[in-house]
Amino acid sequence: MDDILLSISQLSVAVEDKEILHGVDMVIRKGETHALFGPNGSGKSTLLMAIMGFPRYQVIKGNIAFKGKDITNLPLDERARLGIGMSFQRPPVVRGVKALDIVAACLKGQGNQESIDKLAEEANMADFLGREINYGFSGGEIKRSELMQLLAQKPELSLLDEPESGVDLINIALIGELINELLEKNHLIRDRKHAGLIITHTGHILDYVNARTGYVMIEGRIIGEGDPHEILATIKEKGYKKCIECAK
Amino acid sequence: MYRMREIKSPKTYRDKAKAASAKAAALGEDVDVSAYVSSAEEQPYQDDPSKLPTKTKEDMLKVGIILDDTNQRSGTYIQMDNSPVHSSSGQAGIEVMAISQALEKHDWLADYWWRAVAVDTDKYTANVELSQHSGYFIRALPGYKTIYPVQSCLYLMKARLAQNVHNIIIAEEDSELHIITGCAAASSKEAGLHLGVSEFYLKRGAKVTFTMIHSWNPEVAVRPRTGIIVEENAVFLSNYVIMKPVHSLQTNPVARCIGDNAVVRFNSILVAPPESNIDLGSRVFLNAKGAKTEIISRAITTGGNIIARGYIEGNAPNVKGHLECRGLILKEGGVIHAIPELKGNLAGVDLSHEAAVGKIAEEEIEYLMARGLTRTEATATIVRGFLRVDIEGLPPMLNTALQRAVEASEKDIM
Repeated sequence: MDDILLSISQLSVAVEDKEILHGVDMVIRKGETHALFGPNGSGKSTLLMAIMGFPRYQVIKGNIAFKGKDITNLPLDERARLGIGMSFQRPPVVRGVKALDIVAACLKGQGNQESIDKLAEEANMADFLGREINYGFSGGEIKRSELMQLLAQKPELSLLDEPESGVDLINIALIGELINELLEKNHLIRDRKHAGLIITHTGHILDYVNARTGYVMIEGRIIGEGDPHEILATIKEKGYKKCIECAK
Repeated sequence: MYRMREIKSPKTYRDKAKAASAKAAALGEDVDVSAYVSSAEEQPYQDDPSKLPTKTKEDMLKVGIILDDTNQRSGTYIQMDNSPVHSSSGQAGIEVMAISQALEKHDWLADYWWRAVAVDTDKYTANVELSQHSGYFIRALPGYKTIYPVQSCLYLMKARLAQNVHNIIIAEEDSELHIITGCAAASSKEAGLHLGVSEFYLKRGAKVTFTMIHSWNPEVAVRPRTGIIVEENAVFLSNYVIMKPVHSLQTNPVARCIGDNAVVRFNSILVAPPESNIDLGSRVFLNAKGAKTEIISRAITTGGNIIARGYIEGNAPNVKGHLECRGLILKEGGVIHAIPELKGNLAGVDLSHEAAVGKIAEEEIEYLMARGLTRTEATATIVRGFLRVDIEGLPPMLNTALQRAVEASEKDIM
C-alpha cells in the first residue's frame, strides 16, 4: 500500500552473535504513532537500533522496508537521509562538538542562525546551543536536545527511545509538545505524513501524545498488539505477567 | 613578593653558557648544533612591511601575521633569518622593537636577562647566549592595554641556518598585552634549526595572552625555551598551535606563579603528520596562595609521534590546578604518549588531571551518522570539534586567527 512507511517482516536481530529479536512483524503507515511497551531487556531498543541501521545490530533473518524500499542492508547514514530519525535514550557525549553544530548539520544547510535559534527556543535549549553536545546535560536536557535535533532533521519516521525517562513533570508537557510537532499532530489526520514509534516504560508520554497502536514486547517477540491505553492499563494493573498469559 | 635577583655581568652569563655548551637537554632527541651554520645574509630593513615579497607575506599570513594592513595590530616585529627587518608600535604605551635595540634603550633590561630561563639550562640556551641573532622585545607600560594584538614573526629562510633568538616580554602593572607570534620556514624541505628563548614578566595585575602558531617543514628542528614569571593577580594565557610537519620539536615551558592569585593557562593544539616528532609540555609552579592554573592539550596524530607532558606543582595554600591531555590517533603508525604529573607539597592544594588517548569512539561517529552525516563528515565534525579552541579571555581577532590556522590544516588531517 502507498501509505505504508515502515514494514518489518519476520525480523530477527543479533547483537554480538546473540539473537535478541525473534521474527518481529510491524507495519506503520504515514501519520501513525505506535507505542512499544515491554520490560527491561525485552528487546525494544534493539528493534529501534536495528530499524535505524546501527551496524552492531545484525539482521539475521527477515527484512525492513521503508517507503517501499528494502533497507535491510542500507547503511545507517543512508537510512537517516532517506527519512528515518532517532531520539536516543542515552546519547554519547561528543567533546568539542556543539549542539549548534549538530542542529546545523541536521538542517542540511537549509537553516540559518535565526531558524536554529527559533528551534532552540521552542525546545527550551537556547542556552545549550553553544555547549558541547550532551556534556553535563541533565536527563531532561538530553531529551529536549534530542528532539531539537529531530525537529531540525524532520524525519518522516521518528524512533523515540523513552523520550520521557528522567524528565520531570513540568518538562514532560514540553516533551509532549515537541513530539506532537515532530509527528505533525497539529495537522489534520489525513494531512499527516510523519509517523512515530515510541518506546515508553511508564506510559506518561501517552498523556500528551496520542498513539494509535500499542505493542507488547517480551523476550524479543511482539506478543500483543492493540489499543495502547488499554495495554498500558493492563500492564499497570496486572504487570507484564498477565500480558504473557494473554498471549498464550 | 617577587624580588629581582642581583644583576650579574654579561661575562657571567657567557661563562655559564660556555660551560653548558655541550650539555644535553633533559628531554628530546639531541640536535647537533654544529651541523648548522650561524650566519646568514643580512636582510634589508623595511619601513613598510607590506612591501615584503608576496610569497613571504603568504607564509606569514598562514601563521597569523598580517602585513598588508597593519591597522588592526598594535605593533609588528618581523625577523627574517638573523635580521630584524621591521619593528613598529602602533599604540602609545606599547613598545615593540628588536632586543638589541631595547638593550640600548633600556639599561635596566639587563635585570630581566636570563631571569625566567636559566642560561645553562642546556646546550640550546647556551647556544642562544653565545651566538644570539636578535629576537624581539615587547612591553606594555603600566596601565596600558593593547587595543589590537601585537604581532611578531620569526621567519627561517636560509638552508641549515641555526636561528638563535632571545625574546623578552614585559607587561607592567595593570597592563594588558595580546600577542600573536608566528614562526615559519620559507622552504618546504630545507633543514634548519630554530632556538628561541622567550622570557615573560607579568607584573602585578597584568594580563598577557600569547598565541603562537608554528609552521615548519619535515627537516626543521625546533627547541624553544620559555620561562614566565607571574606576579600577584596577573593572568597569563598561552595558546600554542602546530599543525604542519616538523622533524623534531621539543619544548617544556615553565610558568612560576609568584604572586597571590596569579593565573596561568596553557592550551596546546598539536598535530603530527607522519615523520613529525613533537615533545611538548607545560609546567606550572603554584608558589603563592590562591594561584590557579589549567593546562589543556589536544593532540592528533596522523602517523607522527607526540609526547604531551604536563606538570603542576602546588607549593602554597588554596592553589588549584587542572591538567587535561586528550589525544586522537587517526591513523596507524602514530603514537601519543600523555604524561600528566601533579605534585602537591602541602595540605590544601587542589590538583587534578584527566588524560585520554585513543581513536574516535565509533559510538560518536554513529551518533552523527544517525543525523544524516556520512562517515567522513561525521569524523571531520568530531576532529574539528576536538581541535576547537574557545579560549576564555582571548580577543576575538586572535581567536579568528587561531581558528583560521586550524581550519587551514583540516584537509591535511582528514
